[in-house]
Amino acid sequence: MAWRIVVGLKKDVKDARGEQIKRQIKNHLNIDLPAVRTLDVYTLDAVLSAAEVELAAAGPFSDPVIQEYAINHPLANAFDMLIEVGFRPGVTDNTGRTAKEAIQYLTGRPFTTGEAVYTSTQYLFSGLTDKSMAEKIASDFLANGLIQHWTILSADELDPQVGVPATVPKVVSDKAPTVRTLNLQLSDQELLDISRQGMLALNLEEMHKIKDYIANPHVVFERLKVGLGDGLTDVELEALAQSWSEHCKHKIFAAKIEYEDEAGNLQLIDSLFKTYIVGATAKVRENLGAADFCLSVFKDNAGVIEFNDDWSVVFKVETHNSPSALDPYGGALTGIVGVNRDGVGTGMGARLIFNTDVFCFASPFFKKELPPRLLHPRRIFEGVVEGVEHGGNKSGIPTINGSIVFDERYAGKPLVYCGTAALMPRLLHGKPSHDKMVLVGDHIVMTGGRIGKDGIHGATFSSEELHEGSPVTAVQIGDPITQRKMFDFLLIARDRGLYNSLTDNGAGGLSSSVGEMAEDTGGFELHLDRAPLKYPGLQPWEILISEAQERMTLAVPEEKLEAFISLATEMDVEATDLGIFTDSGYFHCLYEGKTVSYLGMDFVHEGVPQLVIPAKWQPKELSEPDFAQPEDLANELKQLLSRLNICSKESVVRRYDHEVQAGTVIKPLVGVVNDGPSDAAVFRPLLDSFEGVVVAHGICPNYSDIDTYHMMACAIDEGLRNYVSVGGDIDHVAGLDNFCWCDPVESEKTPDGRHKAAQLVRANQALYDYCVAYGVPLISGKDSMKNDYQIGGNKISIPPTVLFSVIGKIADARKAVSMDVKRPGDLVYLLGLTADELGGSEYYAQHDELGSQVPQVNAAQALLRYRTLNQAQQQGLIASCHDLSDGGLGVALAESAFAGGFGMQIDLSLVDTNTAIREDKLLFSESQSRLLVTIHPEHNKTFEEMFVTQSCHCIGQVVDNGDLIINGLQGQSLIQQSLEQLKQAWQAPLREM
Amino acid sequence: MAKTVKAIVISGNGTNCEREVAHACRLAGAEADIVHISELLTGRVDLNDYHFLNLAGGFLDGDDLGSAKAGANRLLHAQVTGSADSLATQLQHFIAAGKLVMGVCNGFQLLVKMGLLPAIDGNIQQTCTLTHNDSGRFEDRWCRLKVDSASPCVFTQGLENLYLPVRHGEGKFVTTDVNTLQQLENHHLTVMKYADQQFQPTLNYPENPNGSLAAIAGICDQTGRLFGLMPHPEAYIHRTHHPRWTREDLPEEGMGLWLYQNAVNFIQQELL
Repeated sequence: MAWRIVVGLKKDVKDARGEQIKRQIKNHLNIDLPAVRTLDVYTLDAVLSAAEVELAAAGPFSDPVIQEYAINHPLANAFDMLIEVGFRPGVTDNTGRTAKEAIQYLTGRPFTTGEAVYTSTQYLFSGLTDKSMAEKIASDFLANGLIQHWTILSADELDPQVGVPATVPKVVSDKAPTVRTLNLQLSDQELLDISRQGMLALNLEEMHKIKDYIANPHVVFERLKVGLGDGLTDVELEALAQSWSEHCKHKIFAAKIEYEDEAGNLQLIDSLFKTYIVGATAKVRENLGAADFCLSVFKDNAGVIEFNDDWSVVFKVETHNSPSALDPYGGALTGIVGVNRDGVGTGMGARLIFNTDVFCFASPFFKKELPPRLLHPRRIFEGVVEGVEHGGNKSGIPTINGSIVFDERYAGKPLVYCGTAALMPRLLHGKPSHDKMVLVGDHIVMTGGRIGKDGIHGATFSSEELHEGSPVTAVQIGDPITQRKMFDFLLIARDRGLYNSLTDNGAGGLSSSVGEMAEDTGGFELHLDRAPLKYPGLQPWEILISEAQERMTLAVPEEKLEAFISLATEMDVEATDLGIFTDSGYFHCLYEGKTVSYLGMDFVHEGVPQLVIPAKWQPKELSEPDFAQPEDLANELKQLLSRLNICSKESVVRRYDHEVQAGTVIKPLVGVVNDGPSDAAVFRPLLDSFEGVVVAHGICPNYSDIDTYHMMACAIDEGLRNYVSVGGDIDHVAGLDNFCWCDPVESEKTPDGRHKAAQLVRANQALYDYCVAYGVPLISGKDSMKNDYQIGGNKISIPPTVLFSVIGKIADARKAVSMDVKRPGDLVYLLGLTADELGGSEYYAQHDELGSQVPQVNAAQALLRYRTLNQAQQQGLIASCHDLSDGGLGVALAESAFAGGFGMQIDLSLVDTNTAIREDKLLFSESQSRLLVTIHPEHNKTFEEMFVTQSCHCIGQVVDNGDLIINGLQGQSLIQQSLEQLKQAWQAPLREM
Repeated sequence: MAKTVKAIVISGNGTNCEREVAHACRLAGAEADIVHISELLTGRVDLNDYHFLNLAGGFLDGDDLGSAKAGANRLLHAQVTGSADSLATQLQHFIAAGKLVMGVCNGFQLLVKMGLLPAIDGNIQQTCTLTHNDSGRFEDRWCRLKVDSASPCVFTQGLENLYLPVRHGEGKFVTTDVNTLQQLENHHLTVMKYADQQFQPTLNYPENPNGSLAAIAGICDQTGRLFGLMPHPEAYIHRTHHPRWTREDLPEEGMGLWLYQNAVNFIQQELL
C-alpha cells in the first residue's frame, strides 16, 4: 500500500502558483474563477514506517513556516472541484527522484528496485461545479494527456477520510526480453508496411538496400558464425532506421539535386551540404590563410574556433521542433539540455558558458479554430519559455541572446532553436583538446541518467511530418540536475585524463553514440543487458535506441576504468561499463551473451542510398502594393512598435537568468531603465580577462515568400550587423546555419516539392555567396526538414526559415557599445543607403501586403562599413549603435530614443538614397546593412573622415526633451511623439505573457 | 607578513555560482578554493581549515521540494566518511568558532531552511523562509538595497546603499509570526532591504521584486558573522557588470566586492 503525503500552504499564505493558474485560465479559456489553490502530493511506493513517513513529511517535503501536511488524509477543503494531475507511467518525474533521494538520506537506507516516489499536483477550484468544464480545464490547460493523467472530483465526491485514492504510475511490463527476427524477402508493399508500422521512416529504396544486404551469401556466412542467419533482427532494423534517418544522416542535404533555374538552365548538385556549406568554409579558410581561426568544423558535436592563445570557443545550435509541438515544456527543456550535451561532448569536453534561444510561434492571441492535435500557440509559447527557463537557469548557464518570430504558419509546427557555447583549453595534457580518438580496447562507458522507454523513435519521428500516429514515447522531460552533476564530474575526469573520447547520447541513443565513436576503431561490442534501466521490461532494441536524456558515452582505457568509475560514484553519478571498442568491422550488440546485431560498420554508416531530388525555380508573380502614404505616420510607427515581431520581449527575457557566471557585459536589456532591446550580447568567459565573446543572430522568414536567396542573404547580414553593432570584430567571426524547412521532396503529399527544393537550393547558394564575401566560415549547423503538419486534408507548412547565428570576439569588452542614446547634443548618423525595399517588410505586412522588392545585400559595401565601424568603436568614438531591421529607420530611432531616455530631432531629407522615395517608405524600408549611430559632437570630424568614401549621413541630433521628432522631405513635421507613448506601444503587447 | 585568509566555496548538486564567488573572494584578498561537496563528505577536505564559508547561488537538487529543501536535508543527514559527525555538525562547529559564513540566493535559502539563520538566541528551529515570488515567476532584475547601518553584520559595515541583481523564483522572505519579525528588527538583523529610488525600503513591485515581508533582502545572526541575502554581490564586482556601465561614470570596483572586502578585513583583524 502506497503512502500519500499532501502538502499545502497554511491559511493566509499567498498561493502565487494558484493565482497564476487562475490568471492563465482566464487568458486561455476565458473562464473567470473566484479562486484556485494548489497542493503538492507525494505518493510513496516504498516500504517505510509511519514514523519515517512523518519525518519526511515534516522535514524535506514541507516548510514549517508556511506549509502544513497530511498523511493518507485529504488536505483539501472549501472547494467546489478538485483536479489532480500526475505523470503517466515512465515519464520523467524529477521531483519524485529528488524526493526519493531525500528519504534515503533520512532513513540511511536505499530504496529497493521498483520502489519510488511519484508526484502529482492538486488544483482546488472555487466556483467551478460543471464537470465538463473541469475536464476542459484539465485537458486544455492544466495537463498534457500525452504525459499526464488526471482525476476530477467534485467536493461531495472526495472521501473525507482517504482523500483522492492513491495511484501508482509504475511501469509494469510482463514481456520477457526477446529478439524478433524478420524475413525481409517480401514484396515492396510489405516492406513499406514494416517501415510505416514500426515508425522507421525508411523509404522503399532503403528497405531494398537492407533486403539485398541481408540476402548476400557472404554476409549470411559471417552471420552464421555468431549465431545469426539470413533474417534481420529487430535490433538491427531499428539501429539502421536510426542511423539512416533524415535526422541523423541529413539525407536531403546529402542528396543529388537536379536543379533548374528560371531560365531553364540545369545544374546537378551533388550534396547541398558539401557544395555550399563545407564548400563555403573551405573557401573562406583558404582566403583567411594564416589568419584562419577555425579549429574543428563539421566533424564533431559542435564547431570550435580560437578565442585566444590558451582557450577556444565551442558553439552549437539545435532545433527541437517536433517534441515541442507535442509537449512544449518537455520538448523545449530537452532541447536546451540536449544542446548543452553537444557543447560538453565536443573534443575532449568543454565548460558551458552561455545559451541562446530563438523561437518561431503563431500569435499567442490566435483566434481561429485549430486543426486536430495542435496545441494553442499561447500554450506552446508559455510551455516553451518555461522549458528553456528551467533548462538554462537550473543548469547555471546564462541565456544571453535570442528572439521570437511570429507567423501564423508556425501554428503547424513551432520552431525551437536552442544554442549553447562552451569554453575549452587549447591544449589538454599537451594535445589539442578539440581532437579526440577512441583506441581499440577502450571500454564503452555510459554515464549520467538511466535508460527508459522515453524518446524511443525520436530521430525517426522528427524525420516525418506531425501526423495522427506521432508517438507518445517521442516526448521526453529533461533533468537538468542529473545532467549538471554529470558535467561537474566529466570536467574533473577530463582534467585527470581518465578518458580518450566522449560524445552525447541524443537522437538514436546508444545506437548513434557508440556507432559514431566506433568509426575511430572500426567496430564495437556492446552488451545491452549491462545498461542500467529506469524500470525492467525494456526490449534489447529499445535499450539500444532509447533517447532517454542526460547520458554521455565515453571511451575509457582499461587502466583508467577503475579510477573513472570510482570518481563517478563518489560524485553521485552513475557510470557503467557496457563493452569494448574493437576493430572487428562490426556493429556488434549482445544481450546476455547472445549476439543480437552483427552489421558491417560500413553498411551502417555508408550504406544509405543517396536521394535524388528534383528542383525547379520559378519566381512568383508578385507586385508592389499601391496604397497611398497614410496621413498619420506617428500612428503607423506606434502600430509597428506593437507588432509581435517588433514589440518588447522583456517579460520573457527577465525569466531567463542572463547574468549567472558574472560574464555578461552587454546584457539583453540595456538603457536608462534597463529595458531597451540589445542587438547582441557580449560575454567575458574568463573572469580575470577583458576579452569577450560576442554572439548574435539573424532570422528573416518574411522574405522567404519572395525569394529565399535574399532571405538567406538578409539573415546573414542581420546576424553580422547585430554582431558589429555591439563591437564584435568582423574579422574574427564564425557562422552557424540552422535550416528549418517544409518537406522539399516531391510526392503525393507534397506536390509543390520542386518549388520547395528550389527554394532550398537558392538559400544555399546565398549562404555560399555571402559567407565567402564576408569571410565568415560556417563551423557547424543543423537542418530540420519536415516541418509540416498534415492530418486529413489539412496541411500547414512553415515558411522556409534559416536561423543564422554568429559567434566571435571583441578584444576588450570595455570597448563594447550599447544601442541606447546616451546624452542630449549627440549627433545621429545613419550608415548605409536606404532603398525602396519593403517587400516582405513589417510595414507592408501591417497593410496586409507582401510586395515584391525584397531587400538585397551588397556585401562588399557592408563589409567595408562594418570594418570602419569596428575602428571607430576601438577609438571610443561611438556613443550608441543600433541595427536597422524589422520596421526600418522609424523603429530603430524610436527604440534607441526610448531606451536612452532622450528624444531625437531627425530630418528625413538628410537620409541617403539613390532614388526619390516617399516618406513612409524611407521610414520603414528594411534595406540591409544599415546602422544608426550616435556620437559626441567633438568626434564628428574624425568620424566623418573615417567614413568619407561611404554612405554616412548626419540625420539629426539627440535632444533634451522627451519627444521623437521627425521632419519630412519638405521640412514639415511628420512625427512628434512622446517617448512614453512610443515605449508604451512597444511594451504593451506581450507584457502580460 | 599577514597570514592568508582562506575561503571555501562549496560546489555540486546544482550549485551554479561557485566560480564567480571564488573570484570575488580572491579579488578581496582571500585564497579561495572551490570544493565539491563529495570532497567534504569523503573527509578529504576539512571545513575547519577555512575561515570563510561561501554557500553560492544555484538550484540545489533543482529546488524540486522547494528552494534548498532537499539540499538542507542532505547537509543535515549525510554522514562524513571516517567521522562521527554529519556535515551539519561540522558546520555548527565552524560557526561556533566565530568564522564567517555568507549564503547568497540558494545559499541564503539553505541557511534559513537549516535553521542556521537567524537562529535568534541560538535557537536553530526554522523561523523564517524564502518562498515563491508574488509574481509566481523567476526574475532577473537589478535592485536598490538599503543597508541597516546599525546592523551587527560584519559584511556590510560602513555600507549604506547598494545596487545588485536578484535572480530567483523563490525570494519572498516570510517569518512564522510578527514576533519573529519584531525580534529581527529589534536586533538589527534585517541587514538589507529592497528600496525605491530614494533608497527607502519599499513593498512595491518591481523595486521589491518578490513581495518580501518588510522588504527584507538579507538577514544576519546576532554575531553578524553569519549572513544570507537574495541579491548577488558576486555579480557586481567590476563596473562592466553594471547594467548601465556604457552610459554612467562608475568606479572600476563594483559594490558587491565591498561585502567580500569587509569579510576579508574582519578575518584579518579578528581571526588571524
